[in-house]
Amino acid sequence: ADTLAARPGPLSDGGLTPTPLQDVTHYNNFYEFGLEKTDPAERSGDFHPRPWTLRVEGMVAKPRTYDIDTLLARPLEERIYRMRCVEAWSMVIPWIGFSLGDLLREVEPLGSARYVAFESVLRPSEMPGQSGLLPVLDWPYVEALRLDEALHPLTILAVGLYGQTLPNQNGAPVRLVVPWKYGFKGIKSVVRIRLTDSRPRTAWNVRAPDEYGFYANVNPAVDHPRWSQATERPIGVRGGFFGAARQPTLPFNGYGAQVAGLYAGMDLRRDF
Amino acid sequence: MAVSRRGPSALLTRQGLIRFGLYAVGLVPAVATFVMGATNRLGADPVNSFERTLGLWALRFLILSLCVTPLRERTGVNLLRYRRALGLLAFWYALFHLSAYVGLDQGFDLPVLLADVTRRPFIILGMVAFTILVVLAATSNAWSIRRLGRRWRSVHRWVYLAALCAAIHFILSFKVIRAETLVYALIVVGLLAYRLLPAALRRPRVA
Repeated sequence: ADTLAARPGPLSDGGLTPTPLQDVTHYNNFYEFGLEKTDPAERSGDFHPRPWTLRVEGMVAKPRTYDIDTLLARPLEERIYRMRCVEAWSMVIPWIGFSLGDLLREVEPLGSARYVAFESVLRPSEMPGQSGLLPVLDWPYVEALRLDEALHPLTILAVGLYGQTLPNQNGAPVRLVVPWKYGFKGIKSVVRIRLTDSRPRTAWNVRAPDEYGFYANVNPAVDHPRWSQATERPIGVRGGFFGAARQPTLPFNGYGAQVAGLYAGMDLRRDF
Repeated sequence: MAVSRRGPSALLTRQGLIRFGLYAVGLVPAVATFVMGATNRLGADPVNSFERTLGLWALRFLILSLCVTPLRERTGVNLLRYRRALGLLAFWYALFHLSAYVGLDQGFDLPVLLADVTRRPFIILGMVAFTILVVLAATSNAWSIRRLGRRWRSVHRWVYLAALCAAIHFILSFKVIRAETLVYALIVVGLLAYRLLPAALRRPRVA
């Protein structure tokens, strides 16, 4: 990974202690490279994050294709965010990226646009998990946000972490980060963003709708069918397994003051 | 019967030594994983990998104990006198697995544990398997065998249900169906299906 300069963003939480880089880059869910947490680091060596383009299209006035170099040349911010996985573990990651809303405003969403759909790259030759015997997910991985969620200042496209460009296993060269949602919403290695008026399909919701809702907001009060979401195991706490006590999970992963208003009037138990 | 000869000298017989060795070797994965976890060498999520390792070994020993009968009937190799050790190892690993989940993982959080045990099929299956193993382990002694008489065999047939529950519990512990979990489940199903074969088909060597 190359070094990447970024200024601290005003929405970054400098009070958080980042998870060690080694754990951020060696404990990953990226099923395109395999099912084990160690697979992405071990099996993403053949993946080529360059050259790369990101197409932004659909219900927009000015559809556009961005080259990764133009994305990296944008003013970049460091955003230290909590990351909560639906599997009940968590990290703190110093991302580098830019506001997704700024990018979307450049392509001028039409008044009819209500959702933003994201699509990952499909490269079975470089991503061994995409050609496994058992069907894991319908490739390519797809995700989506409501337009107002996508335009929220906390939502970023990340192109780096820990002062360097994104390692392959973390979703190189560009990925989505939505800190108040479970990690699986943070689609990796994005090639296409499409604005639409109907709610798009999302990979995990299609796979198991009772376990992974469309919204996937971090919510300690709504259990996963197979485990409680009330607490989480922080990753990378030194001192062996006696040092790694669970901690309470916060509503909206601690970003409730900024984002709870997006969901006013909604039943978050039903729309989980 | 070996049972009647048990006493201070039992350990010194060849069988006793093998049995002792089986326990010693069988507990190596537990000790090794524990030491690695306690010294921070179990990766980024040590509690989770500790839990999973213990559960997997419980299932492995359960499967091994179910292999004893087919092995004897198909090949004539008789490991019957070591079956109790295999079954007890399965029980001990299940106990370690459950303790790791209750203590290390959930920190003895009773409301969470209660919700898990009453509401989640995945956990309920694991608890059913464990409860059966407790009963089987508690009756795996000469006194219980004498006391239960003919009923001992029917009680210990519950091991089939335990194995089935454990295999499904393993499948459900991951977000997606994994080849590894299916292989274990198929082995369990195969070993159970073998028990359904007509007696005439089951004893070609002996007949």
